[in-house]
Amino acid sequence: MSLLSVRDLTVKFAMRDQTVTALSQISFDLGKGERLGIVGESGAGKSITGFSLMNLLSRPGFIDSGKILFEGEDIVQMNEKQLRSIRGNRMAMIFQDPMVTLNPVLTIGQQMVETLMAHRSLSKSEAAHISVLKLREVYIPSPEERLNQYPHELSGGMRQRIIIAMALLLDPELIIADEPTTALDVTIQADIMELLLELCQSNKVGLILITHDLGVVSQMTERTLVMYAGRVIEAGRTREIINDPQHPYTQGLINALPQQTLPGHRLKQIPGNMPGLGALPPGCPFSPRCEYSVDRCRTTLPEIVQYAGIEVACHEVKRLHNADETQEQSA
Amino acid sequence: MKDVTGEQPLLELKSLEKQFDLDQGFLETIKMRGGKFIREKRAVHAVNNVSLGVERGEALCVVGESGCGKSTVARLVAGLLAPTAGEIHYDGERIDNRSRRAMMPLRKKMQMIFQNPYASLNPRMTIQQTLEEPVKYHNPALSQGEIADKVTEVMQSVGVDPSWSRRYPHEFSGGQRQRIAIARALTVDPEFIIADEPISALDVSIQAQVLNLMLEAKDQRGLTYLFITHDLSVVQHFGTRVVVLYLGSICELADTATLFENPKHPYTRALLSAIPQLKDDKPNHIRLRGEIPTPINLPQGCPFQSRCAYANDRCGAEQPRPLQQPDGSMVACHAVEENRLDT
Repeated sequence: MSLLSVRDLTVKFAMRDQTVTALSQISFDLGKGERLGIVGESGAGKSITGFSLMNLLSRPGFIDSGKILFEGEDIVQMNEKQLRSIRGNRMAMIFQDPMVTLNPVLTIGQQMVETLMAHRSLSKSEAAHISVLKLREVYIPSPEERLNQYPHELSGGMRQRIIIAMALLLDPELIIADEPTTALDVTIQADIMELLLELCQSNKVGLILITHDLGVVSQMTERTLVMYAGRVIEAGRTREIINDPQHPYTQGLINALPQQTLPGHRLKQIPGNMPGLGALPPGCPFSPRCEYSVDRCRTTLPEIVQYAGIEVACHEVKRLHNADETQEQSA
Repeated sequence: MKDVTGEQPLLELKSLEKQFDLDQGFLETIKMRGGKFIREKRAVHAVNNVSLGVERGEALCVVGESGCGKSTVARLVAGLLAPTAGEIHYDGERIDNRSRRAMMPLRKKMQMIFQNPYASLNPRMTIQQTLEEPVKYHNPALSQGEIADKVTEVMQSVGVDPSWSRRYPHEFSGGQRQRIAIARALTVDPEFIIADEPISALDVSIQAQVLNLMLEAKDQRGLTYLFITHDLSVVQHFGTRVVVLYLGSICELADTATLFENPKHPYTRALLSAIPQLKDDKPNHIRLRGEIPTPINLPQGCPFQSRCAYANDRCGAEQPRPLQQPDGSMVACHAVEENRLDT
């Protein structure tokens, strides 16, 4: 049985004059110790997906329909008490901004001990001992002293390490990391990612990594979901998606990276912007920006189909693929 | 890469320094140390002894991690900050000691694009007003019609529909706003653009649009750029030369191709190895010890020594000076000079 399986998850936001669909029919599975990347641009619904998995959505957002089965139990149906026993305990979340996640008026030690004592029946000194061990695991120098320090005394990279240590405190089975390194410098990002990868592998923790950076996804995850305007448009093994993307949007996203073009040449850009959730076009949400779109794309929503081992939601994927091949043959 | 033609660089920085005083008033300077009162002034050493030239028509990229002084360099060049020491020459004339009034004619030649398009456009001005203002200010002789023509032309050139000119910034997306910010810089026909992280607040697909626009403007108008960024893949695409800054000092200055093929400074190597690659399965990233130290009370010697795997006694005592390498790049590192690096 998979650790987490999400079925037809639909999230809506009740606005004053209309109800917009932020996520529509998201489905995916995550095995034990598996690492999944969710990529997309801002507004695609990546973070909403992360929040809904922990049932953390607050008004006006709500889960409209669908199931989130965590080891067979449906998180959507749980009451607050049941949720509390899962959140932070069996499922932990790492947020983007380490400056905001930590409580500035409590010491690192107080925050870690509090989390431990809320879930386990431990004495204060036992909890402090476990905290030190966890801090050591994330390579924090002199962890005993850190327990008495406040978050503002530490650098950004150090804070993010502490947050990772806190996420690991109760040995969760799943970590959801929402843009964990976006606020950090590249050299620190590389360190943190390496650490996260190492910890997930050695402790057999499942990881859902939400990011906009395809490079990070490529190095960190085994499988990838690509999201666009609240839908999954492509899903499959990360290597295959990066090397041979099927959906025109994913292709565009990869081709738009400066590494993919010779220096000084025009980048291959995707025209236009992602539509707002309140004003989605009928049919495929990507159709107004897609160079391959035909009449069918503008009227009917594409279903997810299997193509070359990748799940992809595009009417024209076969034609696209054939076009590629004929091009290669003629070239 | 010193000017072999003997032609003067468009912009030249000579031993530029900038310090921000932390203790400004007299009372703030009084500290208690070991039972005694002492006077001590602390300062953030944001830019230390930076010398470089920007040739006409090139795109010089300044890269480095947060706190390395890249934005301070941009602001010093634009005249938004006054340097503590050193000189800035533009087109052969010294500009850092000019009065505001004397800077005015230069502002027309030199424009700046900022990082955050949400903050850099006035929310109470329509796009038309935002774009008109600099034209009116710098060309008082132009008629209303000529100004309107100029605005329309610039809006078209950045791909924003001129019929939207009556709208306010909040009606535009981030990418469109950044285009408008670029349009505002282009309305006065500048020759030199200082761009401080112009695309880092944007999404990948929008980044490509804005970068293309900046490249087009470069080719069509013969612009020279000083491009500040932390994103090395953008540098590789956009820059002709690169300066790597660390704690306000230059580590390496080289042609883009040379820098990416053969980085020499240990910090540049670590920085390049940290870029997440698409194709590469095995990250072979060079781990740096610790993190950037604070630029208050800089260590003696090389600023990078605390994180460098090659640091020795000399690095602790003497600050390395940028030295010319056989392939034309300038590298400030004792280990490179003494050939102690393994390649």
